[in-house]
Amino acid sequence: MNSVLAVAGKEFRDDFRNRWAIAITLLFAVLALGIAYFGAATSGRVGFTSFDATIASLTTLAAFVVPLISLLIAYDTVVGERSSGTLLLLLSYPLSRTALATGKYLGHSLVLVVATVVGFGAAVAVIQLLSPAARSLTAWVDMGGFMLSASLLGASFVGVACLISVATRDKSRAAGLALLTWFGLVVLFDLLLLAVLVASGGNAVERAVYPYLLLLNPIDVFRLVNLSALGGGAGNEMFLAMNGGHAYNAVILYAVLLAWAVGPFALALLTFRRQEV
Amino acid sequence: MPNAIEIQDISKRFGPAWALEHVDALVPSGQVVGLLGHNGAGKSTLIKLVLGLIEPTSGTVRVLGASTAGAPGRRLRARVGYLPENVAFYGNLSGREVLRYLALLKGAGADQPDEFLERLGLAHAADRRVHTYSKGMRQRLGLAQALLGDPELLLFDEPTAGLDPMATMDFFELVGRLRAQGRTVLISSHVLAELEPHLDRAVILGHGEVLGQGTVAGMREAAGLPTTIAVRFAGAINGFLHEDWLSRLAVGTRVREPQVVELDVRPGDKMAVVRRLMETSSLVDIEVKEPTLARLHATVGTEHTGAAGRQK
Repeated sequence: MNSVLAVAGKEFRDDFRNRWAIAITLLFAVLALGIAYFGAATSGRVGFTSFDATIASLTTLAAFVVPLISLLIAYDTVVGERSSGTLLLLLSYPLSRTALATGKYLGHSLVLVVATVVGFGAAVAVIQLLSPAARSLTAWVDMGGFMLSASLLGASFVGVACLISVATRDKSRAAGLALLTWFGLVVLFDLLLLAVLVASGGNAVERAVYPYLLLLNPIDVFRLVNLSALGGGAGNEMFLAMNGGHAYNAVILYAVLLAWAVGPFALALLTFRRQEV
Repeated sequence: MPNAIEIQDISKRFGPAWALEHVDALVPSGQVVGLLGHNGAGKSTLIKLVLGLIEPTSGTVRVLGASTAGAPGRRLRARVGYLPENVAFYGNLSGREVLRYLALLKGAGADQPDEFLERLGLAHAADRRVHTYSKGMRQRLGLAQALLGDPELLLFDEPTAGLDPMATMDFFELVGRLRAQGRTVLISSHVLAELEPHLDRAVILGHGEVLGQGTVAGMREAAGLPTTIAVRFAGAINGFLHEDWLSRLAVGTRVREPQVVELDVRPGDKMAVVRRLMETSSLVDIEVKEPTLARLHATVGTEHTGAAGRQK
């Protein structure tokens, strides 16, 4: 356990040291403030308007940005040490592969949690300071749900990054695979589902299956968690219409997101333990 | 525990190629043992097997009386220090930060990082980032991390590669201190000449097989390598080469320079040859070179055709 914490601590500090963590936190805060302030610009107004609309826009943005950042900070976590030679040294220490990988996963995930909570939290605080209408408990509850789901989304992709990192033999290949994964899950997956739906015209079976297909992609689960919490009227009708108005249970959605946070990482552990140096 | 490392009939295959075949080797506790062999002879593979980083295809390894596999093997690694070949560190951390991290992982005392930085002469660079370190400084940091946790057994893989003579001397001084403290040291190298005076025993590997092992003196004797005597004359050598005692006592003669000739003599005939030489009038100087392990290694290395790369 001590060695898990030692590794996690090092990865966490490293992310701060190379400015990743600070850059992400700032990015989150700026995104949140920008969206809150300019979000209503299309309707001819600027300023802090609807908090729901802010969260809806943030969800759309975070669904792109959080997976990308998670993959970028963690894709080389094992393969990088393998090619630089430090992995050999670490494994000669009284430290199990499970402890090493777990420490790395926890360290990088914690960076995303901190960036999410501090970045978005600071933004909410500023919004509340400047706009009396937003000073409500519901605003914090909604934002809390958003932060929790964004953190889990981040952890899911740190897990995916770990899997890529143990399965590849050099850094450039890992980077390529990470970007492909991001592109596949962020863009291709939804396009593919839509294409299937459009091509078939949406028969009864598909209508029944489709809402569950969305659970296969953590990014869609993240969207569902936040958008179905807001309900209609927050500019997300199109996405909600996509799944035929299926009623999702928030607890189940969070459970699926949690499974995504654990699953790929567990697979990474299994792969790592079976390898020789 | 008489033996720090006991290797019994180890074979290791990577894909179709055998890296080690039926290797038996012993490293007695408290001794300095050399693991010698050409590049690709299987030295690093053997060390990784001892560390439990890879598993043998067949055979058993026991280190400090215990098996190297699984959780017990992991605990065992707290009692072993390892300096990898071409050791690498986190370049963006300072030497002190690297050692503190590694000390945590090894469960070593919190004062050890600073103590070893001081002892290995890195105190002045402790807070500099490791990527600014010279090769010699990195190697000393590598030694410092191997010493964390006061291990009973130290495995040094090519520790002197790329070091200048001063740093090499410092290294062997450290090895001497470790031996005096009763610790066991295994040093792998392909540069035999500089290693030889510091070894108690040697294991010679070639193409994945043990070509010879034992005490250095015993191996010399067993190999029956000749002693070489270099003889310098005041003038030309000429007639000396035709003296008939020479053809009786020397197994080989080589003219090195116009005034210098080298004689190869059997160990038993050495004194007889020296006495004869003293009676030779134009003699200026003689130099007796005992056979070195390096020459022994060159001899055994060429006599065997190995198994490396052979497919089964």
